[in-house]
Amino acid sequence: MKLPVSIAVNGSATSSEVEPRLLLVHYLRDVLGLTGTNVGCDTSQCGSCTVLIDGEAVKSCTVLAVQADGSDITTIEGLAQDGELHPIQQAFWDNHGLQCGFCTPGMILTATEILKKNPRADEHEVRHGLEGNICRCTGYENIVKSIVAAQSAKPAKKRASKKGAA
Amino acid sequence: MGYVGSSVKRVEDPRFIQGKGAYVANIELPKMVYLAVKRSPYGHAKITKINTKKAKAHPGVVAVFTGQDLIDSGVGVMPCGWNVPDIQIPVRQALTVDKARHVGDGIAVVAAEHPYIAADAVELIDVSYEPLPAVVDARKTTDVGVPQIHDNVAENTSFEWSLGDKEACDKAFSEADHIVDLELTNQRLIANAMEPRACVAQWNHATEEMTVWTTSQNPQPIRLLLSAFTLGIPENRLRVISPDVGGGFGSKIFHYPEEVITPWIAREINRPAKWVATRSESSVTDSQGRDHITLARMALKKDGEISGVHVSTWANMGGYLSTFAPLIPTAFYITLFAGLYKMKGVWGEVFGTITNTVPVDAYRGAGRPEASYVIERLVDVAAHELGMDPVELRRKNFIGKDEFPYQTPVALQYDSGDYHAIFDKATSIANYTKMRSDQDEARSSGRLVGVGVSGCIEASGPAPSAVAGALGSAVGFWESGVVRVHPSGKVTVLTGSHSHGQGHETTFAQIIADELGIDMGDIEVVHGDTGRIPFGMGTYGSRSAAVGGSALVKSAEKVREKLKKIAAHQLEASVEDMVYDQKEGKVYVKGSPDKAKPFGELAFAAYSAHNLPEGLEPGLDETSFYDPANFTFPNSAHIAQVEIDPETGEVDIQRYIAVDDVGNVINPMLVEAQIQGGIAQGAGQALWEQGVYDENGQLLTASLMEYAMPRAHAFPRFEIGRVETPSPHNPLGVKGAGEMGTIASTVCIANAVMDALAPLGIRHLDMPLTPEKIWNAISAVGQRTTAKVEYFGGD
Amino acid sequence: MYSTSFDYYRPKNLKEAITLLRKHKDAKLLAGGHSLIPAMKLRVSSPSAVIDIARIRGLDGIKASKSGVRIGGMTTHAAVESSKDLHKTCPVLSETAGHIGDIQVRNRGTIGGSLAHADPAADYPTVLLALDADIVATGAKGKRKIPADEFFVDLFTTGLKAGEVLTEVSVPAMKAGQGACYLKHRHPASSYAVVGVAAFVALKNGVVKEARLAIGGVTSTPVLVESVDASLAGQPPSTKAISEACEDVPAALEYPLGDVYASGEYRTHLATVLSRRALTEAVSRAKKQK
Ligand SMILES: Cc1cc2nc3c(=O)[nH]c(=O)nc-3n(C[C@H](O)[C@H](O)[C@H](O)COP(=O)(O)OP(=O)(O)OC[C@H]3O[C@@H](n4cnc5c(N)ncnc54)[C@H](O)[C@@H]3O)c2cc1C
Ligand code: FES
Ligand code: FES
Repeated sequence: MKLPVSIAVNGSATSSEVEPRLLLVHYLRDVLGLTGTNVGCDTSQCGSCTVLIDGEAVKSCTVLAVQADGSDITTIEGLAQDGELHPIQQAFWDNHGLQCGFCTPGMILTATEILKKNPRADEHEVRHGLEGNICRCTGYENIVKSIVAAQSAKPAKKRASKKGAA
Repeated sequence: MGYVGSSVKRVEDPRFIQGKGAYVANIELPKMVYLAVKRSPYGHAKITKINTKKAKAHPGVVAVFTGQDLIDSGVGVMPCGWNVPDIQIPVRQALTVDKARHVGDGIAVVAAEHPYIAADAVELIDVSYEPLPAVVDARKTTDVGVPQIHDNVAENTSFEWSLGDKEACDKAFSEADHIVDLELTNQRLIANAMEPRACVAQWNHATEEMTVWTTSQNPQPIRLLLSAFTLGIPENRLRVISPDVGGGFGSKIFHYPEEVITPWIAREINRPAKWVATRSESSVTDSQGRDHITLARMALKKDGEISGVHVSTWANMGGYLSTFAPLIPTAFYITLFAGLYKMKGVWGEVFGTITNTVPVDAYRGAGRPEASYVIERLVDVAAHELGMDPVELRRKNFIGKDEFPYQTPVALQYDSGDYHAIFDKATSIANYTKMRSDQDEARSSGRLVGVGVSGCIEASGPAPSAVAGALGSAVGFWESGVVRVHPSGKVTVLTGSHSHGQGHETTFAQIIADELGIDMGDIEVVHGDTGRIPFGMGTYGSRSAAVGGSALVKSAEKVREKLKKIAAHQLEASVEDMVYDQKEGKVYVKGSPDKAKPFGELAFAAYSAHNLPEGLEPGLDETSFYDPANFTFPNSAHIAQVEIDPETGEVDIQRYIAVDDVGNVINPMLVEAQIQGGIAQGAGQALWEQGVYDENGQLLTASLMEYAMPRAHAFPRFEIGRVETPSPHNPLGVKGAGEMGTIASTVCIANAVMDALAPLGIRHLDMPLTPEKIWNAISAVGQRTTAKVEYFGGD
Repeated sequence: MYSTSFDYYRPKNLKEAITLLRKHKDAKLLAGGHSLIPAMKLRVSSPSAVIDIARIRGLDGIKASKSGVRIGGMTTHAAVESSKDLHKTCPVLSETAGHIGDIQVRNRGTIGGSLAHADPAADYPTVLLALDADIVATGAKGKRKIPADEFFVDLFTTGLKAGEVLTEVSVPAMKAGQGACYLKHRHPASSYAVVGVAAFVALKNGVVKEARLAIGGVTSTPVLVESVDASLAGQPPSTKAISEACEDVPAALEYPLGDVYASGEYRTHLATVLSRRALTEAVSRAKKQK
């Protein structure tokens, strides 16, 4: 069985005939060639594959392309607008929030969701918001720092963090 | 220009944060086939029959091959690059033909038009097995009834190795006032770099040239091994590329079967081929880490002077010897047993045994965390038993800062350090005295608060090639570096070391910018492609800056010398009188800086060649090979505070303080981040991570559903400090920053947990220190003593 | 890994879904897919057809009133976690939802899927048992209510009949003097519950009127520890009374499950500790609930 899907990705309409078993992440990577979304595991644990479906952070390795039919998807490639980095991308760069970069697209897209849900997330809340994302390189410290810094760029008031306020 | 020493933002980041990372799995080529490997579900089994008929007939399948096909076409066995004396090296085929020796051992491979079809077809391959009894425990390989896993490895013991002054050691113990005895298990770990391994190969039928893209930390050695041992394609027709690599931690050093199979198939069917591991596949095919069982003893005097250690270790090598496996528990392990201390009587022995588990090789720290774990656990237990503060006991035994270079009894000569200074800084950041008094207070109200300390040393920056050769290496460990100045003054820097997260494109540009006095933006750093930089040894052992950076400094020096010659000629002065201004990037005659020749103009002159001194070749392209004179010796003082929930055994890391001496620092932000990442990774070993095999060799933690990786919410913010004692023997004065975080944090956190449990009389528990293990120990105490354990039942 | 091939249907309404279910005997309903798709990728589940009910109107949403809360089967964990109505009427449900997996999982996974899947390590089943919830199943013959304590039959097995869709969960609202709490020992790798404990307490005139304690993760289905009610009812909820009531927890946990991370014995112990803590917290919330 092959089925037609139409999915808006980063603002552009895309469509294709796909096997129902095709995972969204493979639709993005293999059908559309958008390889910014990475695959780091096969049990939905690592979050490397996180994209936004209709604005919500989702692990694209755990969604069928046919389930996403008709939806609006943002991948890491679509985050910068008019050549300008998204504030979270900028914050990751400024705060050295990445090393090998493999987890980074997933981290950044999850961060958009953390800050959407809680624009004043403190360090502790950011750490919990990253429950579904694994990074082997950074020890998370600079990832957390980047996300906190990205939100403080907005006028939200910073709260003290519970842990490690040193 | 003053780039070195400052926290320059990474130049590689824009591509990563925008999803433009060039990982191997992203490569798509026309007419590509996708591979899937049939793997053994058994730890140990005879293969009696392989039926590939159904798989071959499956629509979309291009070809199916077995190990025999590879052997028939002349593919060689997987090499082991480190040969200690009398070693028995098991035969390892890229695809096994006779027996499966660990779960995940490859047996056959499918090439198909689509990865999903390859996965379907692999299930259609029918392998008949005769399961055999298995052994997974390093110390049980010689037990009665345990089968011999390889015909040529008697008693499943591949090698035995020892080092040290046995006489001095025996003397220390016979004269000791106090002896600490410990049996320690350093558990099996899975590296789990977030990018699973992958390989892509393209064969050019016309020119008979092969290109292999692989997720390697060292494409140049892979090219050598592919060429000389396995695939047999001559090096000059073989290009190996490791583009962006998503973390390595050692697991991507080695030459893997899939690196042989993929190009072999590409040539065989004359179509590009691609293999990408799934995570679960990585769990049973990436070489794993650690897995030691150790009997350790430390001899001390009444006053706390450490006089000797005596260590016997059974190192589990897995079902085959991975590329550098024998090095890790030998020359990277026993040589570190002197720690930070002046002890004389050091002796250690190791038995490298073969088991029905995934092969074991270097994993972040590689041998040195194992050594630190042994020594720093012993020191900690000694402090508790002698009633001394663990910092005091350590301080009492430190090698003094004036005693460098310091020759240890186990072969190494430490280059530099100031161990009191790192502890001064760490205890001051921690406010150690207060930490201890707070702990006393917490204890008196029944809380289990622990403070752990570790003082670690590492030999990094491998290695002087002659020393490596004497210790068993088949190769040298120099590094090559090219500084190629273009006529426009732009510079390409090529290094044989490799970044898989470390940030070479930034730090190496910082180095060369300062060496030549030019703008960092004019420099591009290239690595990981034998087509552009054919010679090199790659990145591991925290060697990039110390060895790779030094090679580049040498090349930059050559560039400067050549530019001085050209400038001297043009300014009609003698070369001896020329000054190269590294701040401004210009050359002038001593005393007349106003009449300087700028870098760009001289670079152009080197190529226009209109006016060069006689005999000087045109061009400005310098290559150097740097062979280090010694290892470098980063060292560290770490302090952790933990609290244990006495009812559940859960450990909460409350504070973590790390002071490291990694020599001179090129980019503090990047170095600090290496330490941070290392701390988390080491904490993972202390508290959560463990590769668990059942007695049949099944890996029970083969996916991220079972194998617990450290997560963000488990950590406080790390408190990091730095002491710099430059390494005296490399031009940058750098040591190595990649591994110390991991080496130091594992034992530091283990010590903290054991310190928390000490009042209950619990002396040692093996890692990972899981809640259940701790609870078991606590409740065993509860049963030993009649006193009701206070902590239960509060509101 | 990749799943085996299957046919995919996206029915427009419930009736069509039920008809499809009856037609394709080994078909699976697909809700959020966060249990089904991982199982299919590992090829431990290989249905020949998948029926996606995610777009059927009226299957999701939270309706709260004074008497109770009705949650549509397709309601996501995230919606339960953030529902302002629930924060007022039954905050423990939001608390529980917030413990499930991670942000991404909560954005996709649904309450109906979680209950129908009946993973022994799931979070919702435990709390619904403690709250005495009803589960509504809709089949060809219409709707029927299944009480939570009859719903969880065994490991991955529920009281749903072939051809039925879980359409709603109904939970009584918290009243004055009532409080509930969910505590979880999270698996460090999978994030599922090693042990999850849900406590519900109703107080009247300073004594316990009713106490319901449910424990998940330890046995093949969540267990209601009935002795807790017997032992606490009529008593002031003192630390001592709660501790004593929890002494009976191990006896209620027959054949505890164990794995590499936590043995059955340890799970039983954790259940006892968390029971005491959850009951204590439920009491303190009950005291505050006006
Ligand atoms: C990484 C990860 C972590 C997780 N952690 C947790 C956790 O900590 N705690 C926890 O409780 N869960 C956890 N889960 C599971 C998650 O909550 C799932 O979303 C949930 O169990 C299933 O809901 P779903 O909507 O995704 O169902 P699906 O996966 O779509 O379906 C699951 C099963 O239920 C059936 N089904 C679905 N909907 C209905 C219905 N309305 N009527 C009848 N049958 C139906 C399906 O046919 C299928 O058999 C985790 C999942 C992942 C991937
Ligand atoms: S690849 Fe999707 S969670 Fe790991
Ligand atoms: S930066 Fe490498 S995994 Fe996160």
